[in-house]
Amino acid sequence: MKTVLKRYRAAIVALAGFIVFLIAAPDLAPKATASLAAQIKTMLLIVPPIFLLLGLLDVWVPREIMMKFMGPGCGIKGPLIAFALGSAAAGPLYGAFPVASMLMKKGASFINILIFIGAWSTTKIPMLLFEMQSLGYRFALARLAIDLVGIVVIAFAIKAVVPQKEIDRIYAEAEERGVKK
Amino acid sequence: MAKTTFLWQVSQTSILDFRIIAIMDTLILYIVVLVLFGVSLAKDRAKTMQALKKGLKAVEGILPQFITVLILIAVLLAVFNAETISRFIGSGSGALGVLLAGLLGSVTLIPGFVAFPLAGELLRNGAGVLQIATFVSSLMMVGIVTLPMEISFFGKRAALARNFAALIFSFAAAFFVAWAVGL
Repeated sequence: MKTVLKRYRAAIVALAGFIVFLIAAPDLAPKATASLAAQIKTMLLIVPPIFLLLGLLDVWVPREIMMKFMGPGCGIKGPLIAFALGSAAAGPLYGAFPVASMLMKKGASFINILIFIGAWSTTKIPMLLFEMQSLGYRFALARLAIDLVGIVVIAFAIKAVVPQKEIDRIYAEAEERGVKK
Repeated sequence: MAKTTFLWQVSQTSILDFRIIAIMDTLILYIVVLVLFGVSLAKDRAKTMQALKKGLKAVEGILPQFITVLILIAVLLAVFNAETISRFIGSGSGALGVLLAGLLGSVTLIPGFVAFPLAGELLRNGAGVLQIATFVSSLMMVGIVTLPMEISFFGKRAALARNFAALIFSFAAAFFVAWAVGL
């Protein structure tokens, strides 16, 4: 019980802060509550399938297979799969973190994880369709083209500034998260 | 008069289209997952139950962070509404507007089907391509609100590096997009 309280401490503080906000800014209150309701709706819609998928991935995909396709030394197919997985995704970026954690646990390389996160954040195919409709083909396709380059550049930049020791620690944590949970 | 009605109808249909695509996106996810779940269930019941349990525990594991993030987003969205955003990065906001667009995009977390029509509206009302492209890129790639969550998964160093690199990239990407649109 004590650990539960500790784990939810930030959430409780945020909730208290939210109530204070509602009282302090009554003119913004309806918007804030409506927005919170919409956020919760999105979360409830997106989270269950993602986590069911995570569970299935964990149970059915052996580490050797993941290593072969997305592990270190997998060649060009790793980044391509990472791009495809991220681009086919649905939902906000925060949905990508647990999926990335599972991919790490299964042995995907750090570069491929970073590419996956990048793709999830900005080259999602359904989003591209929205973007084309509202901002035009030129705008959307130019952004897609530069994003494909940018995602790879950012991935290598992050890998360059994060020491191997820290990467090992992140992987160990992903492993633990998978086992414990 | 006829023209006004026509424009109104156009914007109505496009909003409807966005909703349909937004739902389809989620619907496809559900269909894929349910099919996989069905196959898994047919192949091995015990293993499937194990998968279900693992998934549930993973949800519970990040639920506290989810709640915190959702509340933060709700407050930010209430403060940074469409009018505020258009005031900051609308027409004639210049170089400062580009900078503000990057910062606004970084702190806000608006779903695409809301952000894109808003960005399109701003663009049609005279906002610069540079500002809008910066806003859209940083909105999608930089997440200050979700940073605590990202840190818990990737560590401080990698998470900060990713967000910082993405912000810098958003400015560079915007120049490219502005150039390509103007061709």
